[in-house]
Amino acid sequence: MTTLTDPPKEQFRLSMLLYDTRYRSATIQVIALIGFMLLAAWIISNTIQNLEGLGKPVEFGFFGEPASYDINQRLLEYTSRDSHLRAAFIGLLNTLVVAVLGCITATIVGVFVGVLRLSNNWLVARIMTVYVEMFRNVPVLLWIVLAMAILIESLPAPRAFRGEDATASMNFFDTVAVTNRGVYIPEFLFSRSLGDIHLFGTSSIRFDISLDLIAFLIVLGGSIFAMRKVSAWAAATQESTGDRPKIWHIQLGILFVPMIILLVALGFHLGYPELKGFNFKGGTHMRNSLIALWLALSLYTAAFIAEIVRAGILAISKGQTEAASALGLRPGRTMRLVILPQALRVIIPPMISNYLNLTKNSSLAIAVGYMDITGTLGGITMNQTGRELECVLLLMLVYLTISLSISAVMNWYNNRVKLVER
Amino acid sequence: MSDVSFVRTEMLPEQAPPASEVGIVGWIRHNLFSGWFNSILTVLSLYAIWYVLSGVLPWTFQSVWNANSLNECREIMIATWGSTHGHACWAVINDRWLQLLFGFYPSHLYWRPILALILLLVALAPVLYSDRVPTKMLIVTALYPFLMPFLMWGGTIWGPIAAALGFVVGWGVYTIVSKQLSGLFGIVLGIAASIIWWLVLSSYFVGALDSILPIGIEAVQSRQFGGFMLAILLGVVAIGVSLPIGIVLALGRQSDLLIVKYLCVGFIEFIRGVPLITLLFVASLLLNLFLPPGTNFDIILRVMIMMTLFSAAYMAEVIRGGLAALPRGQYEGADSLGLNYWQAQRLIIMPQALKISIPGIVSTFIGIFKDTTLVSIIGLFDVIGLASAIRADTAWNGIYWELFAFIAALFFVVCFSMSRYSMYLERKLQTGHR
Amino acid sequence: MKKSVILGAATIAGLAAGAAAAGTVDDVKARGKLNCGVSSGLAGFSLPDANGDWQGFDVAVCRAVAAAVLGDSNAVEFVPTTGKTRFTALASGEIDMLARNTTWTFSRDVDLKFEFAGVNYYDGQGFMVPKALGVSSAKELDGATVCIQTGTTTELNLADFFRANNISYEPVPIETNAEAQQQYLAGACDVYTTDASGLAATRATFENPGDHVLLPEIISKEPLGPLVRHGDNEWGDIVRWTLNALVSAEELGVTSANIDELSAGTDNPEVNRLLGTEGTLGEMLGLNADWAANAIKAGGNYGEVFAKNIGEETPIGLARGLNAQWTDGGLLYSPPFR
Repeated sequence: MTTLTDPPKEQFRLSMLLYDTRYRSATIQVIALIGFMLLAAWIISNTIQNLEGLGKPVEFGFFGEPASYDINQRLLEYTSRDSHLRAAFIGLLNTLVVAVLGCITATIVGVFVGVLRLSNNWLVARIMTVYVEMFRNVPVLLWIVLAMAILIESLPAPRAFRGEDATASMNFFDTVAVTNRGVYIPEFLFSRSLGDIHLFGTSSIRFDISLDLIAFLIVLGGSIFAMRKVSAWAAATQESTGDRPKIWHIQLGILFVPMIILLVALGFHLGYPELKGFNFKGGTHMRNSLIALWLALSLYTAAFIAEIVRAGILAISKGQTEAASALGLRPGRTMRLVILPQALRVIIPPMISNYLNLTKNSSLAIAVGYMDITGTLGGITMNQTGRELECVLLLMLVYLTISLSISAVMNWYNNRVKLVER
Repeated sequence: MSDVSFVRTEMLPEQAPPASEVGIVGWIRHNLFSGWFNSILTVLSLYAIWYVLSGVLPWTFQSVWNANSLNECREIMIATWGSTHGHACWAVINDRWLQLLFGFYPSHLYWRPILALILLLVALAPVLYSDRVPTKMLIVTALYPFLMPFLMWGGTIWGPIAAALGFVVGWGVYTIVSKQLSGLFGIVLGIAASIIWWLVLSSYFVGALDSILPIGIEAVQSRQFGGFMLAILLGVVAIGVSLPIGIVLALGRQSDLLIVKYLCVGFIEFIRGVPLITLLFVASLLLNLFLPPGTNFDIILRVMIMMTLFSAAYMAEVIRGGLAALPRGQYEGADSLGLNYWQAQRLIIMPQALKISIPGIVSTFIGIFKDTTLVSIIGLFDVIGLASAIRADTAWNGIYWELFAFIAALFFVVCFSMSRYSMYLERKLQTGHR
Repeated sequence: MKKSVILGAATIAGLAAGAAAAGTVDDVKARGKLNCGVSSGLAGFSLPDANGDWQGFDVAVCRAVAAAVLGDSNAVEFVPTTGKTRFTALASGEIDMLARNTTWTFSRDVDLKFEFAGVNYYDGQGFMVPKALGVSSAKELDGATVCIQTGTTTELNLADFFRANNISYEPVPIETNAEAQQQYLAGACDVYTTDASGLAATRATFENPGDHVLLPEIISKEPLGPLVRHGDNEWGDIVRWTLNALVSAEELGVTSANIDELSAGTDNPEVNRLLGTEGTLGEMLGLNADWAANAIKAGGNYGEVFAKNIGEETPIGLARGLNAQWTDGGLLYSPPFR
C-alpha cells in the first residue's frame, strides 16, 4: 500500500493567469470586459466632446414642445398643438397597427400559398411558385413603392364618384368606397352610447376607451364562459350515458342572443361614407399609405411564410397520416390532431423571425408617407428639432422593445408546444 | 377431374391505355382537371394569367425605345398607336441604363468594376464549387480583399499592399513570439503588431514608397459610386467583412465564458432587434459623433461599417446554426485527440460548420443585397435613389413603371440565381450528410 | 494618435478623409475641392444629368464659390443630402457649405448653430389645384386632401395656415417631388403645396399644364440661401460675398460675355473694385484679387444663372418676381463693394 500524500500546495503565480486553464478563462473574461468598457467610455467621451463642440447638449426637453405638424392616419385624437412625445406615441400606435395587420394577413396568405404550392394542380402550383419567387427576390422597398403606385394609378379618385356621369361607384350596396385616397368602410356607431373613459388625463399617452366596447367584450366573455360550461356538461353526459346531446343550437343562442340584445340596447347602427365636398365623409377611412404598406409587407412576408409552411408540411412523414387513418381518424381530425401540432413545431421558430422582420420592415413606411414611429419621431420631429442623437436612440429603443416583446411571447408559445424530450 | 376448363396459356397482348389517360390529354386530366375543385382552380388561374399578361405584354412590347424625353415618347406613342396609355417608354432606360448600373463612376473606367465583378466570381469559385475548381485558385480568393478596393477606388497601389503587409507582419510576429514564448502571447502580440502597422506605420510606408515609385491608377471618389454597382459593392463588402466577425460572435455566444457570452448575445440581439434603417440613420447622422472630434469619414464608408455590423449579427446566427448542426461526436473526437480549443476549431469544427452554413450565408447575402436599397432613404444614389433623381429631371418627369420594372428585373435576376445556387448546394450537402 | 487613426483608416480603404479644423477655407484650399451639399434631385435647382454632371441654380452657387476660392468652377464635390441629413452633414464638417434650397429660419440660425450667407432665392409656399375643382382661394379648401413634401418647413406652415383659418384638411406627406406629382395628377390629393417655384416647375412638366392653376395665396416667407457653420466667419464672409458679387455683377452690368473686357479696367470704380483691378478686396477675404471675376465667369452673374437654370426660357419657366434687382422692384439688394 502506498501512502496517500497531499499534492504539494501550489503557490499562485502571475503566469498561472495565462497558462492554467482554471484561471485562463477568468483572465480572458476580465480582458474582454475591460476592453468593452474602454470602448464604451471612448465612444461616450467622444460623443460628449462632439456635442459640446456643436453646442447641442443631450436633453429631452423638446419632447414637451408643440409638434406643429399634422398626422393624417391616427388612432387617437391629435392636433398640431400636441407635443412631440404625443406625435411619437401616435406613430408608435401606427407602427403596431400595420405590424399586427401585416402579420395576420401574411400568415393567412402564407399558409394558403404554402399549401397550394403542394397542390397536385400543376398550374396552381406553378403560379404560386412564381408568386413566391417574385416577391422573395425583389427588395421590399420596391414592393412598397410599387404597391402605392398601383393603388394610386388604378383606383378611381373621389371626383370620379361625383355627378350624373360618375365613372366609379361604391361597392357592397353603396357601403364601401374604394378610392385612390384609401378605402372608406362603414363605422360602428351607437346612438345610446355609454361614453368613454379618459385615461392618463392630459399627458402624452392619454387615450379614451369606449365603454361600449368594454360592455361588448364583457358580454362576449360571459357568453364564451357559458358555452364552455355547456360543452363540459355535454361531455359529462356523453361520458355517463354514451349519448352526446345536440348542443350546437344552444351554443349559437348563447353566443349571439345576449350580443344582439346589447347592440340593440346601445342603439347600434352603421355610419356609411358619403361624398361631401372634396372627400368622402363618415365611415372609417383607411388611408392608401396604410393599405399599400400593409399589402406590400404582408405579400412580401407571406412569400417567406409560404416556404416555411411548405417545408413544415413536407417534414411530417407520410406514416403519420397513415397511422392516423389506421386509428380511424377522419381527415379533418388527422390534420388538427396529428399533422398540425407536429408541423407547427417546425414552423413556429422561423415564423417568429418573419414576424420580427415584418415589424422591422414597417419602418420603410416613410417611403409612402405612412406616419409610423420612424415617420414621426425619426422623421419630422427629428427634422424640425435637429436632435438626431436623442431621436435615433429613442427610436432604436422603441424597436428593440417591440422586437424583444414579440420574441418573448413567441418563445413562450414555442416552449408550450415543444416536445418534452426525455 | 380431367375436364379442366379452359386455361389460357399465352398472355394477352397489352392494350393501349385509354386515350384519356395518356399523352397530353391524360396529363391535363391528371394535373389540371382531376376534380371539380381543381377544375375551378385551373380556370381561375388561367383567367388570372390572361388578365395579367394581356395588360403587361402589350405594354412591354408595344413600346418606344428611342426618345429624349417623356414628351417625345408620348408624341411617338400618339403618332403610332393613337394613345399614350398601355405603352411603355423604355427610352428612359435606353438613355440612363449605364447610370443606373454604375452611378457616376467615370465612364472610361467602367472596366474596373466589371473586372472586379469577374474577379469576384473567380475568387468565389474555389469556395462555391470546391469539387470542380482546383484549390490553387484560393490564391485569388486570398488576394481579392486587397485587389477589389484597389480596382474600385484606384489610387496608389501601395495602399492595398500595405494593408496586406499588415497580415504578414502580424503572422511574422506570431510565429517568432509563439516559438520563443507561448501561443497565446503570440496571438496577442501578432494582432497588436498588425494593428500598430495599419494605424501608425503603414501611412508612412505608403507615403514613402509612393514618392519613390508612384505606381497607381486613377483614383475614384466613393461619392461617384452608385447605381446597381453600389448595391453589389455594399453587399459584398458587408458579407465579406462580417464573416470573420460573425465567426467570432458565434463562438463567443457558444462559449462558457459568461461575460464574453453576454457581450456577444447583447450585440447580436441588439442589432437584430432594430430595423436596418435606424442603423443607416446612425451611419448618416451619428457615427461622426461617436468618433474623435474632427474625424470625417465618407458616407459610403460609414454605411459600409453599419451594414457590416448589421450583417455580422445575422451571420453569427447562421454560423451558430452550422455549429449546432455538427454532431456532438465531432467535438468529443477533437477533444480525445488532445487538440486544444483553437486547434479543434481550426482543424475540425469550423471547416465543417462553415460548409454547412454556406446556404445560410447565401440567403443572408441575398437579404443584405436587397436591403442595400434602403440607402436611398439617406440620400445615396443607389438604383432607387437614381430612379428618383431621373424622375425629378424635367425630361423624364412623370415616368415610373419603366424604371421600377427595370430595377425589379435587375434584382430578380441576381437574387433568383443566387437562391437557386443555394438550393442546389443544400441538396448537395444533404446527400453528403445522410 | 487621432490623426493616425484617420490616416490608417484612409489608407486601408484608399479613401480621402480629412480633419475639419477651424479654418474651412484652408481646408478647402488644401483639399483643392469644395464639398458642397445639394439636394439629391430637384429640377432646376440641383440635379445630376445623364453624365453625372450636376446642374441647377443651387449648384451654380457652389460652382461660383469654388471658382472664387480655388479658381476652378469644376473643383466641387457635390454631396447629395436629404432633408434629414443636410444639417448633420454640415455640422459634422462633411460638407463645407450647404446650398440646398434651405429656408432661413430663426431656429436654424440660432438653435442649430448655422450661419446663412444670404438669400439666393426668395420663395413662398403656394398651392396648386386642378382647374376643374373650381377653387379660386386657399380658404375654400375646407376638407381637401393636401399633398406636402416632408422634411421641410412646408408642413409646419401648412398646419399653421389651416389652423389659423380654422379649416380642416387631410395632409398626405410625401418624400419626393416626383411622387407628389404622381399622386396629385392621379387625383389622390386635391391640392399640392410646396414652394411656389417648385409648383411652377412641376406644372411646367405636366402633359396639360393649362389644366392646373396656382392659387393666389402665398402662405409663408421662404428665403432660401446657402449656409455655413457658425463660428467660422472667414468662410462665412467668402460665401456671403461671392453671392453678393453675383448679385452686384448683374446690377453693375457685368456679364460673362463682357467680363474679360471689363477686367482690363473701366471707369466705374465699383466695377473695378469688384473685379479686383482696384483696391484689395480679394486680399481682405484671403483670396486672389480676381476672386469675384472667377465667380462670375463660372456661370455668369445672378441674372444669367437665373435665366439659364430656372428662367422663363427653361422648362421651369420662373419669372424673376421678388428675385429681381431692387432697381427693378425686386428684393435683390447687394451691399456695396467698398
